[in-house]
Amino acid sequence: MAMKFEKIGDGKYMLDVCGYVCPHPQIYTKKSLEKIDEGDILELVFDNPSSGETIIQMIDQGGHDLLEKKEEGGKLIYIIEKG
Amino acid sequence: MENIEKRNQLWAFIVTGALILISLLYYSSNIYYIYLIVYIWFGVAYGMMLQYGRFCMASASRDLFAAGVPRMAVGVLIALIFFSLVSVVLAATNMSTFHAGPLGTHELIGGIIFGVGMVLAGGCASGSLYKIGEGNGTSILSIMGISFGQAIFVDVGGIFNKLLPQSWIDAAQATTWVPKDKITSWFDHYFLGNIVFKKNIILSDTGAFSGMSGDIARNFFANSLINTIIPTIMVLFAIYYFFMRKGHLKRVKKALKKEGKEQKTGLGDELRGMWNMITASERTTLMGVLIGITAGIHILAMKGMQNKFGISNFGELLARMGHHEDLSTMGKIFDPGYWYITTQEAQFAGWIMDKVGWDVKDDVFFGVMNGLPELWRNPALWMSVGIIFGAMIMSLLNKEFKWKLPKGELIVWGLGGGLLMGVGARVALGCNIGAFFIRVAGGDPGGWLFGIGMVIGGYGGVRFFNWWTDRKMAKEMEAF
Repeated sequence: MAMKFEKIGDGKYMLDVCGYVCPHPQIYTKKSLEKIDEGDILELVFDNPSSGETIIQMIDQGGHDLLEKKEEGGKLIYIIEKG
Repeated sequence: MENIEKRNQLWAFIVTGALILISLLYYSSNIYYIYLIVYIWFGVAYGMMLQYGRFCMASASRDLFAAGVPRMAVGVLIALIFFSLVSVVLAATNMSTFHAGPLGTHELIGGIIFGVGMVLAGGCASGSLYKIGEGNGTSILSIMGISFGQAIFVDVGGIFNKLLPQSWIDAAQATTWVPKDKITSWFDHYFLGNIVFKKNIILSDTGAFSGMSGDIARNFFANSLINTIIPTIMVLFAIYYFFMRKGHLKRVKKALKKEGKEQKTGLGDELRGMWNMITASERTTLMGVLIGITAGIHILAMKGMQNKFGISNFGELLARMGHHEDLSTMGKIFDPGYWYITTQEAQFAGWIMDKVGWDVKDDVFFGVMNGLPELWRNPALWMSVGIIFGAMIMSLLNKEFKWKLPKGELIVWGLGGGLLMGVGARVALGCNIGAFFIRVAGGDPGGWLFGIGMVIGGYGGVRFFNWWTDRKMAKEMEAF
């Protein structure tokens, strides 16, 4: 099992941490947001609902924007713009 | 999508129906099992609230240190305040089942070991149970680790006994209230030669408060205000000051600048910042309030039944029903009388070990104190089962249930973390619930020692995971 962090376009990145449980999704999300530039978009894909509440608060506190939040086939997808 | 929703709802009803059926079967077999049924349904209530509030004490310190998010630390502290207030009334009216624990550095040490374990495993003792209800396979491993870690730890002797000071061995062997053939393991000598000599303190019973008139006033002032509310508010201030204040004031000044006003902040802004921190995750804070009150009502219900049946331990009812083989030499089984995790998990593993021929009843933990009831007659274990199924019902209804088998590194973290939690829980004689939450709110200052240890251990676990994830991120980012 491995996490995936990929550049999927100009200023767009994808972090896939499906299969991971707490605390991995929140830690990888924090580190990914630290790596990308302000204004870049991070598409976060995870399937551990317990991590969601913490990630939302982390986005808010960090001054980032949660552009979209959706669920597809048991996976949670958050589209985040780094602020 | 609609089909999935309907299927989830159907499963939620099936699980609820199965629990009702189990309750009715027990009740029809003997009225005494109402005691066990109450444990099941409080377990279900805890499970539903824990899952809805994402309420896991591991994330209290972990998310604070790893992500700078205080939502769970706030939730736990809010629950603590409400639980302590309900506990005041229960204690003052002699309706409490709470008992203090031995006060000593073993709680700090046990808390540190437990804290590292809960971060590695991804959940505390009750958190791992509710996550099983979400279909999380890693949490199953962590509960297995907790269960077998404890059962083995309390029963092994031999070379491990040589690690203890001779004075502890001598003191344990001189014990007269325990049959000699039961003093065999490392834990037996640790417990009888050291821990039993430590004081059990409830603040309201100490000399400092003996002059106060009125049970409610004394209990409130000592146990709730001094031991719980004031330290809790101080911790809330510390979390705000170190983790939230800078960001909050920056946002306030930014807003003032935008409005063309002077960028000056005052006490009102600080208090608003505190309030924002407390209400940032409404569902966690709300569940904190409800869990605190429910934990208090649970004590009331258990004490009420003990009074009705004229008992102080479920073992007495098992004896009346003829199940003497379930009991310890003291005629008891483990029956905390409140929200508690870990000892029943040790009994679960001990039961399996016993069935495959490992004599676990030759020690103090199982043989003398907690007994080894059949799994289906273990009330506290039914509470744990209730937590799992309560969380499952809630996650099914919220479309959040998903089976996730543990793979790769998660197997190591789940099992290893669980084992550490098991060892830590036995060293401290309890987990994040029994050694921290219940004890602090009950007026036992020793609970804070476990809590401090848990935070230190949690910090260590986060440092380790930061190092680990940095390595993995660096590999992933080699390409760009």
